[in-house]
Amino acid sequence: MSIFVNAETTVVIQGISPTSQGLYHGLRNRAYGTKVVAGTNPKRGGETIEGIPVFASVAEAVKATGATASFISVPPPAAPAAILEAAEAGVPFIVCITEGIPAHDEARVYNRLRREFPGTRLLGPNCPGIISAGQCNIGITSGDIALPGGPVGLVSRSGTVFYQAMYELTQKGIGQTTGVGIGGDPVPGTSFIDVLQAFEADPETKAILMIGEIGGSAEEEAAAFIKEHVSKPVVAYIAGVTAPPGRKMGHAGAIVSGSKGTAKAKMEALAAAGVLVAQNPTEAGEKMAEVVRHLG
Amino acid sequence: MDLFEYQGKQYFARFGIPTSPGAVADSVEEAVAKAEELGYPVVVKAQVKVGGRGKAGGVKLAANAEEARQHAQAILGMDIKGHVVHRLWIERASDIAKEYYASFTLDRSAKLHLCMVSAKGGVDIEEVAATDPGAIARRHVDPVDGFPLEAAREVVAAAGLDEAAREPAAALLVQLWDCYDQGDCDLAEINPLILTTDGRVHALDAKVSLDDNAAFRHPEWAEFAGTETEDPREKLAKEKGLQYVGLDGEVGIIANGAGLAMSTCDVVEQVGGKPANFLDIGGGANAAQMANALEVINADPKVRAIFINIFGGITRGEEVANGIVEALGRVEIASPIVVRLDGTNAEEGRRILAQVPPDRLESRPTMIEAARRAAELARQRA
Ligand SMILES: Nc1ncnc2c1ncn2[C@@H]1O[C@H](COP(=O)(O)OP(=O)(O)O)[C@@H](O)[C@H]1O
Ligand SMILES: [Mg+2]
Repeated sequence: MSIFVNAETTVVIQGISPTSQGLYHGLRNRAYGTKVVAGTNPKRGGETIEGIPVFASVAEAVKATGATASFISVPPPAAPAAILEAAEAGVPFIVCITEGIPAHDEARVYNRLRREFPGTRLLGPNCPGIISAGQCNIGITSGDIALPGGPVGLVSRSGTVFYQAMYELTQKGIGQTTGVGIGGDPVPGTSFIDVLQAFEADPETKAILMIGEIGGSAEEEAAAFIKEHVSKPVVAYIAGVTAPPGRKMGHAGAIVSGSKGTAKAKMEALAAAGVLVAQNPTEAGEKMAEVVRHLG
Repeated sequence: MDLFEYQGKQYFARFGIPTSPGAVADSVEEAVAKAEELGYPVVVKAQVKVGGRGKAGGVKLAANAEEARQHAQAILGMDIKGHVVHRLWIERASDIAKEYYASFTLDRSAKLHLCMVSAKGGVDIEEVAATDPGAIARRHVDPVDGFPLEAAREVVAAAGLDEAAREPAAALLVQLWDCYDQGDCDLAEINPLILTTDGRVHALDAKVSLDDNAAFRHPEWAEFAGTETEDPREKLAKEKGLQYVGLDGEVGIIANGAGLAMSTCDVVEQVGGKPANFLDIGGGANAAQMANALEVINADPKVRAIFINIFGGITRGEEVANGIVEALGRVEIASPIVVRLDGTNAEEGRRILAQVPPDRLESRPTMIEAARRAAELARQRA
């Protein structure tokens, strides 16, 4: 099994054209086995691109194909409207990898979804996407680093450390159920807690690897949630242990202020919640190998 | 992008937020001339992008030209928490009856904006926050609803602002919301927000941080660019469009993705090395970016070894390797390079890198081994 997406998931690529990012990634996702059933482009309704039928709107695409997920990689100025268009069309799962959306737009979109479209889950923006190993890959993760069969669920705020961590697991022969990249932006549609909750409920996921980074308090909140609600073993790594305080390290999310948000504070909170905390991605893989060995 | 106080006040003015008349000055002579124009008393204020200038001696009242000269002399060149003062803001002194605090920022946990107002503003607000958190009225703002005057009235009342200040403060708070919201601020803070002895409310300080992601819809922000006083390495990196933070070690670091770059710094430290920088070349990692990144690292005289840590996702290993080889042809690199290349088509990439003479570039199969080797090279060449 898996969380959020599986072999039945059907995907509509929003903003498709022969030269779009969406098509490029969509074709890679399709090559992985993802069911890419439609594309949208207001100017290209009725066309077929690389065998993908194009509709003028998400609503039309959903009506014709019953798509259950959408994939958005359009530029920042267009992304908020694209997300809302998908929600309005009733798409239950939206993956938005767009990097550079203004924080105020993210907050507006998030709160509109929360209030008007409670049945819609947004993953991202500014995330690598989601991969249910062997079943469905939506986003930019290269599918060959995932190993199907579980038992580990992976969730990460950082993009490249997400790949690194998945690769560490795969190299050790440890499979994954689903890998979820939630993204490092200030207002992510899906948080650690949402993913932890889903992994806890998924019978195939037996252990969880969580990759956090400095800034904000999402890891501290996740720690509190794990303590109360997660019975499965959790291994965690926080990127930015050696980052100097008060400096932005490239991510909108990675801002340290005072002691709150530092890697140390996050690692302590996680350790106190019973999480096995690693010092680097490799050690995280090793610790997870240990956990998996004892799963029985 | 953080703004200087005077820029923040210019930004406030666009939204009608009242501030004091003033002018910038970059020299003692200019400061005195501006003070003369404004009329005494004036306040001479250090322009650095850090709070607590008052306590550090960077904000001084001047009653005449002689005092203005003395203060300007003392403050220009002053180091405030690592920020050197190159510019002054001279503004008319206000007769302060009360100092309040007001701000808008994003509450990431609640995923809502947060308005904070306190009757106990001024230079000790951080202490108030720590010792008397109840003295700060907080109200979440849902961006879908906005922040109407009614909400502003409730917050200023909850904060216990003086009666006389409440109506003008509420009106100003709505303007501050507009500045924060329409102006795409990460932070819009006024401390102190003052009540003058003649009953007016206005902003005596401005801490404004703009969301760089929103620059595409704010052509007017161009006037704020280029006034950063920063590390020359960071300046060069910015010109090249790279995410760079200067640190003070000897191992130059290049990685793709902010998280992996941070992680690389972590691992280098753990194996006994000291990162010279954080550098994220982004997802693409093509030859041009790699050449730029190597150029930036090369410009840092402290660097003794370079660690390139790339995890190929969309970017395939052979593209990354070709990029490195091409970059080496373009830039004369002073330090030996250790590369760890993994992910898509990594093997082919490593094969390409094997053509580079080993005294210039070595490959290592894992992040830890590569970090160890880079730290070792840096030590040997110290
Ligand atoms: N124009 C002014 N007139 C009178 N007092 C001022 C003026 N500007 C600043 N001050 C005083 O100096 C203090 C510190 O100035 P401020 O601009 O808030 O700098 P910082 O917050 O960096 O210390 C204020 O709290 C206020 O008491
Ligand atoms: Mg102040």
